[in-house]
Amino acid sequence: MSTLSATVAGIGFWSDGLPDWAAARAFARDGGLPANAPAKPSPHLLAPNERRRAPPSVAVALDVALAACQGAGRDPASLPSVFASTHGDLGITDYMCATLADTPTDISPTKFHNSVHNAAAGYWTIGSGCMRTTTAISAYRATFAQGLLEAMTQLATDADAVLLVAYDTTATGLLGTVTHSEGLLGAALVLARDGAGPRLSATLRDGDAPVADGPLARRLQANAMAPMLALFDALAAGAASASLPAGAHRQLALDIAGV
Amino acid sequence: MPALAIRAYTATTAVGRGRDAQADALATRRGGLRRNDFGAAPLPTWIGRVDGLEDSPLPAHLAGWECRNNRLAWLALQQDGVPAVLDALVARHGAERIALVVGTSTSSIGASEEGYARAAATPDGTLRMPEDLQRPIVHTPHSLGDFLQHATGLRGPCVTVATACSSSAKVFAQAARLIQAGVADAALVGGVDTLCGSVLFGFNALGLVSAEPCRPFDATRDGLSLGEAGGFAVLEGLAPGEDAPLQLRGYGESSDAHHMSAPHPHGLGATLAMRDALARAGIDAAQVGYLNLHGTSTPANDAIEARAVAALFPDTLHASSTKGWTGHTLGAAGIVESVFALLALEHGLLPGILNSATPDPGCGPQIRFDNARRDIAFAMNNSFGFGGNNCSLVFGTGAAA
Repeated sequence: MSTLSATVAGIGFWSDGLPDWAAARAFARDGGLPANAPAKPSPHLLAPNERRRAPPSVAVALDVALAACQGAGRDPASLPSVFASTHGDLGITDYMCATLADTPTDISPTKFHNSVHNAAAGYWTIGSGCMRTTTAISAYRATFAQGLLEAMTQLATDADAVLLVAYDTTATGLLGTVTHSEGLLGAALVLARDGAGPRLSATLRDGDAPVADGPLARRLQANAMAPMLALFDALAAGAASASLPAGAHRQLALDIAGV
Repeated sequence: MPALAIRAYTATTAVGRGRDAQADALATRRGGLRRNDFGAAPLPTWIGRVDGLEDSPLPAHLAGWECRNNRLAWLALQQDGVPAVLDALVARHGAERIALVVGTSTSSIGASEEGYARAAATPDGTLRMPEDLQRPIVHTPHSLGDFLQHATGLRGPCVTVATACSSSAKVFAQAARLIQAGVADAALVGGVDTLCGSVLFGFNALGLVSAEPCRPFDATRDGLSLGEAGGFAVLEGLAPGEDAPLQLRGYGESSDAHHMSAPHPHGLGATLAMRDALARAGIDAAQVGYLNLHGTSTPANDAIEARAVAALFPDTLHASSTKGWTGHTLGAAGIVESVFALLALEHGLLPGILNSATPDPGCGPQIRFDNARRDIAFAMNNSFGFGGNNCSLVFGTGAAA
């Protein structure tokens, strides 16, 4: 395939104990954890009452998305966006299934409209006043790689900058006995056609990507979005390459220049 | 955008399996809605249910993906020669050069719901998922894409798009980008959604479900009828000098930035998506011969969409909602109604609206209740979803290039 490329103009990150990209990068470099890390992400884009009620998936997605835009110096309303999540909000799926099995007519209308896979994308565009395109995708272990491909093809065909947001939540209830994902993890990239920042070149290749084993990947491996951490460990370490699982024994090979 | 050839297209809905069944139902105004008979305690509403799924297990080698949604995906995939067209494309380009981009709203959540309903208590008091549903792949949105990847053997980028009711319209846009950027040479796109408790009781909780068959754009409309459907299209870049008979000519995508489950009051997002699609196709609004509307039959959606259409298109446009035939098939609406737009291009069959009798004075002359027959050069499809997620598509005939 022809190689796709993009400049990383801004990065957002949140996980339990590592509430921003500076903390995640420091942890990846020297293993240190920040004192007094907040227990929950803070989606400042939402009004205070909405912020408290936001499902974990929405809270983490909006937190990292805004951080990436601020890091890139870009107005959130100006960016098309790609939201990538393996499972969506697992707590809401558990609620929907449990309520349907018990008293289906008790389904909360708000929980129902928050159960759509594009809930975070919807709240992001509403909160930022963004009328550009947004999408929500899933591709199992290849979710982040497919989200990155979609963002990079938008850059190649249309947009001069794109926001990519990836996240997964904790599996709960009966669903959690089959679907495994622990903790809350989110990351976002503002990708631009040019400008300052690490330069990514992406190529699809045959073969399975090696299991990521950098410091972030090891710490957060129980979350379903952990495959993306191969890239974030590489960005933190200033490594020249990374490889992401892309499905069907394919991998997205990334060259990283000028970290 | 560079136009793409449509090498195959198909839909399976409540009116039947495959393209001919859809064309016949549209031409003869034979609808597919029935009184709700889905689930243990059916709500008093009407649904567009696909017959025979209960008796159509997946082939043994695909049994790991067994669930109602993947059964419908498999059934829809077998119609209208899609597998043979894919085989030819694999021979031409290689399986790793063909993308698979499919849309769904709830994927196989029906399997998760069933697991909760049938869960057995263990001696320690916790619940246990039934043995036959201890398959993680059917409890995740990519169940659909992963199933189709294994069913077809395609090895290009494989992704499930889940933006509620715009999902399987947006797959055309994403696949077009993959082909334009040189990541793929062709793509299988489509969408599948099946009836399940989540959507029946969820839309009911929002007060959006009618107790009668839906009546899009009727002055007395009072809500939607839910349906299930699956459909596919095969896209390929045009060969040098080629003028394929049916083409994807443009797409437009936008966000309302307004509300999670209510449309923008002035239809601003819808207007942006339609303008964007026309601009990418390089045509004027007056060149569109048929527009398949989102037209859910809720009071708000139809009024706002009709006003946006009236502001953009001349009075001569034939626009309709076909949800009276199929019900609102949610994440499959994009592909089903793209198939209807392609049927309009191929056969000059412009569907009207089923079940509606009283025009809404708030809607413009573009909204047509009666069928018409006329050869057209361009057809459009609108799909709008929760979260204010909008997509419009423009299809054209080769001669119109």
